[in-house]
Amino acid sequence: MTLHAIDLSVSRGGVAVLEGLNFSLSPGTALVLRGPNGSGKTTLLRTVAGLQPPLAGRVEGGGEEIAYAAHADGLKAMLSVSENLSFWASVFGTGDIVAALRAFDLEALSDRLAGTLSAGQKRRLGLARLMVTGRAIWVLDEPTVSLDAASVELFAAAVRTHLGQGGSALIATHIDLGLDTELLDVTPFRAVWRASDPDEAFL
Amino acid sequence: MASIWEYANPVKFIRTTDRLLPWLSAAAVVTLLVGLVWGFFFTPDDYRQGSTVKIIYLHVPAALMAINAWLMMLVASLIWIVRRHHVSALGARAAAPVGAVMTVIALVTGALWGQPMWGTWWEWDPRLTSFLILFLFYLGYMALWAAIEDDDTAADLTSILCLVGSVFAILSRYAVNFWNQGLHQGASVMRAGALAGDTEERVSNVFAVPLFVSMAGFALLFIALVFLRTQTEIRARRTRALMARERMG
Amino acid sequence: MIALLTRDLRLGVRAGGGFGLGLAFFLIVTVLVPFSIGPESALLARIAPGILWLGALLACLLSLDRILALDWEDGSLDLLATAPLPMEGIVSIKALAHWITTGLPLVLVAPALGVLLNLPGPGYLWVTASLLLGTPALSVIGTFGAALTVGIKRGGLLLSLLVLPLYVPTLIFGAEVARRGAAGLEVVTPLTMLAGITFGVIALLPFASAAVLRINLR
Repeated sequence: MTLHAIDLSVSRGGVAVLEGLNFSLSPGTALVLRGPNGSGKTTLLRTVAGLQPPLAGRVEGGGEEIAYAAHADGLKAMLSVSENLSFWASVFGTGDIVAALRAFDLEALSDRLAGTLSAGQKRRLGLARLMVTGRAIWVLDEPTVSLDAASVELFAAAVRTHLGQGGSALIATHIDLGLDTELLDVTPFRAVWRASDPDEAFL
Repeated sequence: MASIWEYANPVKFIRTTDRLLPWLSAAAVVTLLVGLVWGFFFTPDDYRQGSTVKIIYLHVPAALMAINAWLMMLVASLIWIVRRHHVSALGARAAAPVGAVMTVIALVTGALWGQPMWGTWWEWDPRLTSFLILFLFYLGYMALWAAIEDDDTAADLTSILCLVGSVFAILSRYAVNFWNQGLHQGASVMRAGALAGDTEERVSNVFAVPLFVSMAGFALLFIALVFLRTQTEIRARRTRALMARERMG
Repeated sequence: MIALLTRDLRLGVRAGGGFGLGLAFFLIVTVLVPFSIGPESALLARIAPGILWLGALLACLLSLDRILALDWEDGSLDLLATAPLPMEGIVSIKALAHWITTGLPLVLVAPALGVLLNLPGPGYLWVTASLLLGTPALSVIGTFGAALTVGIKRGGLLLSLLVLPLYVPTLIFGAEVARRGAAGLEVVTPLTMLAGITFGVIALLPFASAAVLRINLR
C-alpha cells in the first residue's frame, strides 16, 4: 500500500500553511519531515491521517491503513498499562499486546496505572499503541519527545521492524533515528497568499 | 443578471445592499409610522378589550418576525451547509439578535396585553411559553457563535445547532400545547379574510388593515436591519482576514 | 465498540470518574426542596413527581461535559477518529456509557427519594417508568451538546445553555407521565410521546453529534 500526496495544500484555522506538496511513501520506507516550528508539519500529518480535509489536492492510499500518533498519547490515567493497550488492540481488532509491551520494555510496568508513569514511560506506551493497531502506515508527530537515548533506540528498532514487515512511516522529528530514511523539508512549500485562499472573498 | 448566487460574493452583496438600504430604511420607517399611527389613533376601541387591543399592532407583527427570523436563519444555515457561501452564514448570524429582540418585544407586549385581559402579567399559556423557549434558543445560538474563534467552524456548528434546534422547537411547541391548553386567543388575524361570516373571534377589517400595514413595516425593518448587520459582519470578517494575512507576513 | 463501552464504564466507576456525583447531587436537590417549599406533606406529594424529574435532569446535566471533554484533552478522541469505528457509533456508545453510569442510577434511586417527598403510591411506578424511558434521551441530547462545545475551554456553562432548551419536550412529557401517574390518571398519551422522543433522538441525533464532532476535530 503506497501513500501518495498529490498537489496537497493544507490549512490551519482557515489559513493556508503548506501548498503544492507531492510525495509518495512506498512499503518498507520511511519519510522524515523537517521544518521549523509552526511550519505546518502537524497540520500536514493531521490532513494525511484524515482528521481534517485538505485545502486542495488529495491524499491517496491512506484511509484505513493509517495509524496516527500525536503529542497527546490518548492514555487514561485510571487504567493500567495493559488495559490501555488492550483497549486499543480491541478497537483495531487485533489481540496481542505482549509483543508491543516487549518492544517498548513495558512488561514490568504492565499492571501500573498509566497515571503513575513518568512522561517518558507514557510516551513509550503511546508508541506501543502503534504496534497493536496492525496498520501499515504510521503517521507520527514528534514521536521522540521526552524519550531518553535508550528509549529512542527502542523506538528506532520498532520502526525498523515495522519497515522490515512491509510497513511504512511518515515521521515529523528533529532527531536522527539512525534509519535509512528520506528527508522532506517542508519550508519551501510554505503557502503564500493568493486568490485561492478561503478568505479571498473578504480581501 | 446571471443568478441569485452572485450576491453570495461579499463585495457584490455590500455594493447592492448599500444601494438598497436607504430606500429600505425609508420604506420601513414610513410603513411603520403609518401602520402604528393608524392603529393607535384612528381605530375604534374594541367593545370588550377597550384600548388595550391596540397593542396588537406591536405584538402580532413582532411575534411574526420572531418566527420568521428563525426561519430565515434556518434557510441561511441550510444554504451554508450545502453551498458554503460565507454571506449566508453571516446573514444567519446577523439575523439572530434581531430575532431575539423581536421575541422580547412579543413577550413584553404580550405581558402588557395579558395583564388587563387575563388579570396577570404572566400566564403559562402555550403560545407565550413557546416564545419564551424560542428566546432561549436564540440565546444559545448567539452564545455558540460568540464562543468559537474560527469563523468557518462557528458557521458549521451554529448551522447544525439551528437545524437540530428547529426540530426541537417544533417538538417543544407540541409538548407545550399538550401540557397546557391555554387562554390565548387563536390566530384570528389570518382568518379575517377567509371566514367573513365568523363573528366572535375574527378581527374585523377596521383593525386588520392597519395591522397588515404594521406587519409590512416590521418585515421591512427586519430586512433593513439584517442587511445592515450582515454588512457589519462581513466587514468584521474582512478585518479578521486582513489581520490573519498581516500575521502571515 | 464493546471495548469502548467497557473502557468508558470502567473509567466511570474508578476513582475520579465522577460516578456517584450525580447521585449525590440528586439527593441534595431533593433534600433542599422541602427546606425551600416547607414541610407540608400534601404540597410535597403534589410536586414530588415534577421535583424528581427536574432533579434527575439537573443531575444528568452536571456530568455532560465529561462525556467527550476528557477524551478530547488527552488526545483519545483524535485517535478514536482514526480508528476503524464510525463516528456515529462512537457518539452513541459515549451516550450509552453516560446513561449507564449516570441515568440508570438516577432511575434506581428516584423511588427512594420519592419517600422523602411523600410521593403518592401509584407515583412510584410511573416516576420510575418515565425516568427509565426518558433519561436515555437526556444522555443522547446531552452528547450532542457535549460534541458542540468540546473544543471550547470552560464550555460547561455554554453546554447547559445549549442543552436545556433541547430538554424541554422530554421534560414536559416525562414529568407529565409521572404527574398523571401519581394522580392516578391515564398516562398512555404522554408515555407514547415520551417513547417517541427517546427513540427518535436515539435514531437520529447521533448523526448530528458525529457531524459536529468531525467539525470540531478539524
